[in-house]
Amino acid sequence: MQNISRRSLLQLAGLTTAASATGLASRQQPATGHGAHAAGDPAVHAMGAVGRVTSTVFNPTTFLRAWNFSDLPEDRRGKYYHETARSDGSLLREYELVAVDREIEIAPGIFFPAWTYNGQVPGPTLRATEGDRVRVTFLNQGSHPHTIHVHGWHPPDMDGSLPAHEVQPGGRFVYEFDAEPFGMHLYHCHAAPLKRHIHKGLYGVFIIDPRERPRPAADELIMVMNGFDTNFDADNEVYAVNTIAHHFMHEPIRVEVGRLTRMFVVNLTEFDLINSLHLHGMFFDVFRTGTSLAASETTDTIMLCQGERAILETRFRYPGQFMFHAHQSEFAELGWMGMFEAVGVRRDT
Amino acid sequence: MTPDTTWSAPRLWIAALVPLALLAALVAVIVKTSPGDSLRGGEVPPVERLSIDRAQLGPARIVLSVLNDGPDPVTIAQVTVDDAYWAFSLSNGAVLKHLGRTVMTIPYPWVEGEAHLIKILTSTGTAFEHAIPVAIASPRPDARYFLTFALIGLYVGVIPVALGLLWFPLASRIGPTGLDVLLALTLGLLAFLLIDTVEEGLDALPSLPSSYQGLALFMSAAAGSWLALELVGGWLKRRRAKSAAATTPGSVVALLVAVGIGLHNLGEGLAIGAAFALGEAALGTLLIIGFTLHNTTEGLAIVAPLARERPSLLTLARLGAIGGVPTIAGAWLGGLVYSPVVAVLCLGLGAGAIAQVIYQVARQMAGSQPVLVRFATASIAAGFFGGFFIMYATGLLVG
Repeated sequence: MQNISRRSLLQLAGLTTAASATGLASRQQPATGHGAHAAGDPAVHAMGAVGRVTSTVFNPTTFLRAWNFSDLPEDRRGKYYHETARSDGSLLREYELVAVDREIEIAPGIFFPAWTYNGQVPGPTLRATEGDRVRVTFLNQGSHPHTIHVHGWHPPDMDGSLPAHEVQPGGRFVYEFDAEPFGMHLYHCHAAPLKRHIHKGLYGVFIIDPRERPRPAADELIMVMNGFDTNFDADNEVYAVNTIAHHFMHEPIRVEVGRLTRMFVVNLTEFDLINSLHLHGMFFDVFRTGTSLAASETTDTIMLCQGERAILETRFRYPGQFMFHAHQSEFAELGWMGMFEAVGVRRDT
Repeated sequence: MTPDTTWSAPRLWIAALVPLALLAALVAVIVKTSPGDSLRGGEVPPVERLSIDRAQLGPARIVLSVLNDGPDPVTIAQVTVDDAYWAFSLSNGAVLKHLGRTVMTIPYPWVEGEAHLIKILTSTGTAFEHAIPVAIASPRPDARYFLTFALIGLYVGVIPVALGLLWFPLASRIGPTGLDVLLALTLGLLAFLLIDTVEEGLDALPSLPSSYQGLALFMSAAAGSWLALELVGGWLKRRRAKSAAATTPGSVVALLVAVGIGLHNLGEGLAIGAAFALGEAALGTLLIIGFTLHNTTEGLAIVAPLARERPSLLTLARLGAIGGVPTIAGAWLGGLVYSPVVAVLCLGLGAGAIAQVIYQVARQMAGSQPVLVRFATASIAAGFFGGFFIMYATGLLVG
C-alpha cells in the first residue's frame, strides 16, 4: 500500500483534494480487484489474498451497516423481524434465527463448511433499545444441536448453555428477555463442544442502545473480528473483520470527513488469546462493552479478549485512505487488514 | 494334469488376452456404476493431496513445483509464506487433476540464511506445507556451478577412492592371513555402506509423492541392480575364462565392487548436491572432509580383491574412476534437478549393487567352505568389525 500512503502524504503536504483528481494522483490510484496483486508492479503489495471472492451471498460491506435485517427487502424482512409498540413506550422486538449448515467463501477461492445463523457468518446483528422486550424464535435446521446464548441480563432458562438447553436438529426454542444493560453485546451458540460451535460460525452482534440519553447520531459500523481454521488443526488459516480475508483492502469502508464514526467492534476469534484493532493516522475514544456513555480512554490500538467488545468513536480529519488492521502482524497478513476511505474536505481540529 | 503344449501361437495369444479383456470390461463397469460412492456418499470432501517436490529460490522469487498426488482434482486457492497471504502465479492453472503438475511462482522477498514456511491452501481450506530450512539462492546451471560441484565431487569421491587404491602395493604383498583380514575389512566397509545407503533411501521415502510407492521403487531398484550385477559378473567371468584360462575372478569382483561403490557414490553425490542446493548443508568444510575420509576406504575395498593379481595402472585408474566419478555426476544432478524420485532410485540401485558385491566377496573368500564357517575365525571377524568401525568413526564426521 505504498501508493496509498504516498497519496495520503501528498494530500497532507497541503495539496487540495481537487489535486487528487489530477493525472498525477489518478495515476497512483490504488488498483483494486484482481490486478491489485499483479506481481512485478512495484507500487502494489504482493502481500494479500489473491483475487476476489465469487460468492455474493454475504457482503462484509453490507454487513457493516445492517441490523434487525435492514439489509433485506421489506417483504422478506418481515419474516425475520417484527416490532410492536408496548404500552410503556418500549418495543417488543421479535426475531427469527435459523441455524443452517452452509459452505461459505472466506477468502478468494477458499470455501469453509460453516454452521451459520440465517446462512451468514457473522449472524444477523440484533439491535434493541434498553428496556425493549426481545423474543427470538430459534429454529435448528442444522445437522447438530445448537443454542443461542445471548450476553445480557436474562434468567437461567434463557441462557442457552446447558445440555438441557440444546435445541436438537429440527427443533425450535423461543428465547425471551428484556434488553439490558445498554451496550454492545454478542450472541453465540453454546452447545458442546463450544470451541467448534463458535469457530464454525455461530455468533453475531447484539446491540442495546441507551434509552434515556441516546448516543449522538453517527455513521455506525459493525465490525466482527473473526478467524477460520480451514484444516481443523486448532489454528486459524484465515483472519478477517466480517469474515472475508482482505475484503476491505479491495473495498475500503467509505466514511465522511468530520462526521462522527462509531465502530462496534467485537472479538469472536477462536483459538487465539486476543485480537486487536489498530487504526492508522488517527485516534478514537473507547467505550468498553458500551455500558457507559463516558469514554474510558483515547487510543489508536485496542486489544480485546475473545467475547470482549468495545464501541469506538472518532471523526476523520483528513480525506484519503487509512489502513486498519489487527496489530498482531500475523493476523493482518492472514486477512485481518482493510482500509477506510474518508471523503470530504480536510478539517484540522 | 499334463500340460498341453500343442496349442498354436495364435491360440496361446488368445488364452493370454481373454482374462485381460474381461478385466477391461470389469473396470468399465466399476467406472460406470461407482460402487464406492454408496459408501463414501456425495457430501464427503474430496481426498486432497498436494506434493511440493522442489523449491527454487531466485531473486525475490520462490518457485515451487507442485504435484497433485491424490485421487481427486485439487484447486489451489491461496498461498501463504510465513503466515502471510501472498501473490502467486501458476504455470498450469489452479485446478490439478490426479498426477497433474503446475509451477507456482511467488514474488516473495525471502531472507538469505533464514527459514521460510510456505503453505498452499486449496479450495477446501486444506493446507499443504513446504519448509525451506535455510534460504539460499538456488544454483544456476552455469560454468561456475559445474566447476564447483565437479570440485566437490573430486574431493569427496574421485580423489579419496584414488588414494585408497594406493594401498594396492601393500595389499599385494601381505600374506594369506593378512589378505583375509583385508578382505574382511572390505566387507565391513561395504556392510556399513549398505546400511548407510538403505537408511538414506528410506529417509528419502517420505518426501516422495505416495503415488510413486517409494518403498516398492527402492526395493525394485535394489533387486534390479543385484540381478544386473549378477548377469554382468557372469558374463565377464565367461569372457575372461575364454581368453585366458588362468585368470581368477578377482578382477571381476573388483570391477563389481567398483560399480557398486560407484552407484553408492552417485546417490551420495545426489544427496550432497541437493543438500547444497536446498541450503541444508551448511557448506561445511567439515562435511567435505568427513566424506573424503569416509570414501578413502572405498578405494581399499576395490583393491583388496585384486591383491593376488597384477593389474595395470590403467586398470586401477579405470576402477577408481568407476567408483569415484559418479559422485561428480550425482552432485551436478542433485543440485540442478534434484527430485526425490531420482534419489530413491539411485539409492536403491546402490543398495542392491553393494549387497551383491558383499555376497560376491564373501563367496570368493569362502571358496568351497560355507561362508559362515569361513567367517568364524578371530582374524576375519576382527577384520570385518574393523572395517565397519572405520566407517562408523569417519561417519561421525559427516554427522
